Amino acid sequence: MPLLRIEGVAKSFGNFRAVDKLSLDIRAGEFFALLGPSGCGKTTLLRMLAGFETPDEGRILLGGSDIAQVLPHERPVNMMFQNYALFPHLSVRDNIAFGLKRAGMARKDIAIRVAEMVALVKLEGMEKRKPDQLSGGQRQRVALARSLARRPQVLLLDEPLAALDKKLRESTQGELMELQRRLGMTFIIVTHDQEEAMTMAGRIGVMDAGRLVQVATPRNLYEAPASRWIAEFVGDINLFNGEVAARDHGRLTVKTTEAGTLAVSELWPPVTKQVVSVAIRPEKVKLSRRAPATDAGASQAINRLEGVVIDVNYLGGVTSYRVKLETGAVVRSSMANTARLDVDAYLAGQRVVAWFTADDCLVLEQ
Amino acid sequence: MASTATRLTRFNMTSLAAGLAFLYLPIGILVIYSFNASRLVTVWGGWSLRWYHEFFNDRAMLEAAWMSLSVAAVSATLATLLGTLAAVGLARGERFRGRALFSGMLYSPLVMPEVISGLSLLLLFVALNAERGFWTVTIAHTTLTMCFVTVVVQSRLTALDRSLEEAAMDLGCDPVRAFLLVTLPLILPAIIAGWMLAFTLSLDDVVIASFTTGPGSATLPIRIYSEVRLGVKPEINAICTLVIALIAVIIVIASFASKLSNARGESAAPL
Repeated sequence: MPLLRIEGVAKSFGNFRAVDKLSLDIRAGEFFALLGPSGCGKTTLLRMLAGFETPDEGRILLGGSDIAQVLPHERPVNMMFQNYALFPHLSVRDNIAFGLKRAGMARKDIAIRVAEMVALVKLEGMEKRKPDQLSGGQRQRVALARSLARRPQVLLLDEPLAALDKKLRESTQGELMELQRRLGMTFIIVTHDQEEAMTMAGRIGVMDAGRLVQVATPRNLYEAPASRWIAEFVGDINLFNGEVAARDHGRLTVKTTEAGTLAVSELWPPVTKQVVSVAIRPEKVKLSRRAPATDAGASQAINRLEGVVIDVNYLGGVTSYRVKLETGAVVRSSMANTARLDVDAYLAGQRVVAWFTADDCLVLEQ
Repeated sequence: MASTATRLTRFNMTSLAAGLAFLYLPIGILVIYSFNASRLVTVWGGWSLRWYHEFFNDRAMLEAAWMSLSVAAVSATLATLLGTLAAVGLARGERFRGRALFSGMLYSPLVMPEVISGLSLLLLFVALNAERGFWTVTIAHTTLTMCFVTVVVQSRLTALDRSLEEAAMDLGCDPVRAFLLVTLPLILPAIIAGWMLAFTLSLDDVVIASFTTGPGSATLPIRIYSEVRLGVKPEINAICTLVIALIAVIIVIASFASKLSNARGESAAPL
């Protein structure tokens, strides 16, 4: 039995179906991310878990009992709000102690727990400050401490890092993961930032139009997306539409309109449709001045596409290229800048061969 | 740009002085003449506190002043209670059908001519056979000033981040406690400002009070109005100066309270 089981939950606002018969199991101690574009229903789902919205149908089982109709203040679940929602009239200490006082904890125990929380989020010496005397990062920590203070069974985090700048966001991601591991608590985070979801979560649930379209580990989500939509939503991808022309021992030959005939490895589950898309991630497309000589003892076929570099974007760690093929289609390639000097760089206008292996290709049916 | 716009040229100075004089010269003259020793209002007879002394010995005038202050205090308190509840209903009641209608009906006293409000209240009290006096004026003033409280409190509530109340509920408050522990402290400055606004509005109302009051329970403005019809006594100047002082103090406190409210509002807003 998972800690949290969401069973056929649906919620509409007027005619708009925000969450559509969604089911999901979350294990105790898991760091789970709900990822999706804005308006996909991820926040509504989180708010139903917190109790701010009531599902129209379905059940939400926490530790076996249905909490779908339980009011927010009676749930062993706490939420960290996107804008932190710190009480401006209370000090850091009183903000953290707020939930403990409501739980009827003894004064002495509250003091101990608050001190523990303050130490946990490294805010020693700030206890007497009001929220408007804190920086954005410090407010974020107070909000985290406040939501953790009651030791909820599940902590819900609504875009907890959206208001922080990039550097602070990255270090805070690490701290959140570390904290979650140390406390062994179940975290459910809502985010529209796929890098954030991939960095922190053990499993990611991708939502689109109120439905959960895939639940997978970050690696599987990226390397084996369940649909064309997910492949395009999570990271960059090159897509070529075509038809399956031949099939031979786990090797498909796909005739594409944009990139000629491509050899693709067929993974489980087998492809059933005739019309498919071949997808390849840009970092798996290599460029070279000449075609790699042969398949050079490789156990797999190599696809070669000749074209002209039309665009070079140097991004520091990687350089991304756009290569225009003779068919007019554009292939994106990104290559790591492993050397400081640019002996390997390609220039716009240069003729190159973009190549990738059959194993690196994905076949998507929709 | 800013420096040229704010520079005090001779033209700016003159127009500022003219504007201020237009607004405050009559009041200034009234205040100065309240310290006039002469019995004739238009003739200066030296400085004196004689008319203040006179006022504090004028039983009828003192009674009217007391009546006015108590009507203002009671009606402002009632209006603040009801107005705050209405504001909460309007700002937070998503499931409240007919909210637009309620809001329109609530704000109608803002634009309704006072003569009409006064007359209709008079007809109501006569129909109910209510004895006119302190309570009828108080009720009339409550209906007049409640909408002002609602305007002030509602704007504060709308600016207040909803997630603060949700956070309170998330941390174990039922809706009532969330309101008392989080919302109320944050909108308190607006409630205080609303009370003071209601108090001053009630204090200076003549029209509605004259429709709804009864014999022997005149408010101060009514009393002054009827005295002035027989000729302006310098004592009136003294009373008016005291009223001006009281209202000035209240306005200063009210603006201070609303400033405090705004400062809190900023810190409550998301980054």
